[in-house]
Amino acid sequence: MSYAADVAALTRKDLLLELRAKETLPAMLLFVLSALTIFHFALPHGTDDKASLGLLWSALIFTALLGLTRAFVAEREQGMFDALILTPADRSAIWLAKALSVLAFLVAAELVALPAFAAFFSGIDGRTVAAVALADIGIATVGTLFGAMAVAGRARELLLPLLFLPTAIPIVVGGVGGYLWFLALYDAIFAVLSWAAFEYVVSEV
Amino acid sequence: MRLPALAAITTGLMGAALALIFFYAPTDADQGFSQRIFYFHVPIALTSYACFGWGAWKALRYLRTRDERADLESYVAIHQGVIFGALTLITGSIWAKASWGVWWSWSENQLVLFLVLFLFYCAYFMLRFSVDAGPARARMSAVYALFGVVLIPVSFLAIRLSQKFIHPVVFNSHGPQMAHSQTFTFCVALAAMLALFATLYQVELAGKRIDSHLRELRELLA
Repeated sequence: MSYAADVAALTRKDLLLELRAKETLPAMLLFVLSALTIFHFALPHGTDDKASLGLLWSALIFTALLGLTRAFVAEREQGMFDALILTPADRSAIWLAKALSVLAFLVAAELVALPAFAAFFSGIDGRTVAAVALADIGIATVGTLFGAMAVAGRARELLLPLLFLPTAIPIVVGGVGGYLWFLALYDAIFAVLSWAAFEYVVSEV
Repeated sequence: MRLPALAAITTGLMGAALALIFFYAPTDADQGFSQRIFYFHVPIALTSYACFGWGAWKALRYLRTRDERADLESYVAIHQGVIFGALTLITGSIWAKASWGVWWSWSENQLVLFLVLFLFYCAYFMLRFSVDAGPARARMSAVYALFGVVLIPVSFLAIRLSQKFIHPVVFNSHGPQMAHSQTFTFCVALAAMLALFATLYQVELAGKRIDSHLRELRELLA
């Protein structure tokens, strides 16, 4: 099978699993709505749009974290990592497929979150939407790699936020400031790095 | 042995640096005596970068050669880097208090960058200690260490973007904006800090190696 076919098959597997089990996406949707509601009450009256935009970004990062924590649960609980490694597919195809499915969940969650934000707080412009789209790529690529690292450890769910959040700080800066070129640069650098590094994270001995 | 010689050099350089800092370097016209912390703060910060860089280099060596010694060396370098990083945060805070009257300033790029790096590299230890010792742990630590050196310039750029620039700029494209006596003191202080890192690195490495030998012996006996 070619690289693209491997990736397509693995992504389809993840999306199909989610479609049948409905474990991750409903949780992400509920979480982002609850978070936005909390933020409404956390902000004092008369706060300007810039402050609420910052909260949108924190809500998105934490929602993504929720999805990333669940990303490798099936692999871990069913011992599927060993099976995946035994397949003749390129290891980075496993990473790319997982990153694509994480990206799909993120986009689906944001299709609800962004209109909800626009309704609860202030309207959003095209620049914010573009920034969110670019940020999703960075979150999915780095987050998937760190997610695979975190499930190998004992701390698991506890470990992923510690690994991911410091690396996500530039995403928040780029997102809140609307620096699209910076987000694109971040995506390019970390996508290549994660793609190259994944093999070392999952390989056996 | 190399270690005693290294320790002797470090002691000499450190003594010379302290003497130069307190008795030779001129007192800053603007900031007064408190500016002398510059000769500690900046060399410590640069040494910390050197530690992280060295740790990443050893991580790359590990991924290439699968040599267990490189894994241990990478870990020790990052451990030292975090210690120097914490010192950078502390000295930077003291300097900020002395010259601006606040313990923390978000507009000070280097301090904020060190906070990000400190958080990142503390997670390195969480990762390392949550995975059982072995090649899997070594590989993950190595990958994370490599992410660290990539994150340094990216975070730096992000922090530059995020705020206005009020940190005093001592080095710029026209070379250091210092008197010769200051440059000389700074270079000696930097050499002393780097020597201190090299010594501490060797000491910790020796300890860790003895530890692992002892463990192997104990397993053989058991």
